[in-house]
Amino acid sequence: MRYVLLICADESGIQAMSEEEGAAMMAKYAAFGQEMTERGVLQTGERLRPTIDATTVRVRDGEVLTSDGPFAETKEQIGGYYVVDCKDLDEAIEVAAKIPGASLGTIEVRPIWDM
Amino acid sequence: MSRSIDVEAAVAQAFRSEWGRVVATLIRTTGDWDLAEECAQEAFARALERWPTDGIPERPGAWLTTTARNRAFDRLRRAATGANKIRELGMRSLRGDDDNDDDDGLDVDPAATSGVADDRLRLMFTCCHPALSIDARVALTLRTLAGLTTPEIARAFLVPEPTMAQRLVRAKHKIRNAGIPYRVPPAHMLPERTGAVLGVVYLLFNEGYAASDGDDLVRSTLCDEAIRLGRTLAALMPDEPEVLGLLALMVLHNARRDARVDELGDLVSLEEQDRTRWDRGAVEEGVAVLDAALRRSEPGPYQVQAAIAACHATAPDAQSTDWHEIAALYDTLARFTPSPVVELNRAVAIAMAEGPEVGLALVDALDASGRLRGYRLLPATRADLLRRMGRTAEAVDAYRAALAMAATDAERRYLSRRLGELASS
Repeated sequence: MRYVLLICADESGIQAMSEEEGAAMMAKYAAFGQEMTERGVLQTGERLRPTIDATTVRVRDGEVLTSDGPFAETKEQIGGYYVVDCKDLDEAIEVAAKIPGASLGTIEVRPIWDM
Repeated sequence: MSRSIDVEAAVAQAFRSEWGRVVATLIRTTGDWDLAEECAQEAFARALERWPTDGIPERPGAWLTTTARNRAFDRLRRAATGANKIRELGMRSLRGDDDNDDDDGLDVDPAATSGVADDRLRLMFTCCHPALSIDARVALTLRTLAGLTTPEIARAFLVPEPTMAQRLVRAKHKIRNAGIPYRVPPAHMLPERTGAVLGVVYLLFNEGYAASDGDDLVRSTLCDEAIRLGRTLAALMPDEPEVLGLLALMVLHNARRDARVDELGDLVSLEEQDRTRWDRGAVEEGVAVLDAALRRSEPGPYQVQAAIAACHATAPDAQSTDWHEIAALYDTLARFTPSPVVELNRAVAIAMAEGPEVGLALVDALDASGRLRGYRLLPATRADLLRRMGRTAEAVDAYRAALAMAATDAERRYLSRRLGELASS
């Protein structure tokens, strides 16, 4: 089964990291990516720029409405995601728990709706 | 006539002991929860038709499983989209992991101890998966393992029937859509997941045991089902001391069930209970199960709670209870599961062991900490200690405070009676 693992955390905490802390975190993500690729679980994944760079788009009565920022103000923001192919939810949970961000914020495990 | 009554009793007995196994086996072989439940139901209906003329089969469980599986097979074959599923079904049966349903032992399943997991155990771990809400876990366990109907479960938890029906549907959908596995978790997940299963079983028991309002019959059904699940778990996981600990705890509490309320339905405190009404056989069983757990020298919170229950259950009266031992056990329990409620219970035990003054000082310190604000048993405990110390005026105030927070009519009647006794003394 395929799942999206949404990495959610308070992005102000991540922005406040020192250069060394940031580099250490990136190294952990690189190791995680390599491990999961070798295991054949990881399909894709990306880091997202912070919500300050986000744009929200809506179409109402045929008009495109554009606004600054994320679609909802929340305490934690989505900072990245992985798409994984796992045997079942237990494996997805195990993989999610290994994402370095899991110890800082929250990972939301969402099954992909196969059409 | 008596023959048909015998058959009905045999089907009812088979329902209690075999329902979970039949459903669990069908879920594994078909992968379809609704189909499994429906075909299990049909198999029991078929037993009511056939057994009066054919006789009660030697192994009712195997008969029911085979009948239900044949039903499932027929229905899948008839369904237009069934072709793939049948192929799948055939594949699964060929894999050879499919041979533990012809065992008709009641609870002890040799297949489970020889390494082939019992289907009921798989079902239990799936129903109690932490990705499901606790309400959903409880409802699913009662429906699929215990065979309670949706209206029965709705009544037990005081929710409207459509709400409960929707809860069950959503839970089954989540199991399918989120890919919750149907298996006993691997060793590294087992402790955590076993804890989740035990938590659901204990919650069921408490729901039946603690609340004194609501439908009594439904409530005692919950206690009985929880103990039945506990026995099944203990038979399937005989090496897990906490599983035995939970079973011992439930059996020991249940031994006192009849003595907890008087003829008028009023609560009787442990101290005042007529101990001749305790079920001695159950006490002996509980103590024996607890001893078996403790021999493994891996203590845990259920074993400690069972040990406390055993201290009470084996004491001839409140005075000769080993309160020092109980206080020490609450100390241990607080290390496993730190909580102000455990500390309150410990204070009560110390009050019994060393005098109400010592206990009251602990209770007042807890009160001052604010960690038990709004907990209704705090003023009730204070009131009881003040009464024992003869500080009547303060006791009256505390009973009034407790009365204002009481949760059930039975509690209110108990506290009112205490207040009345103080006023007339």
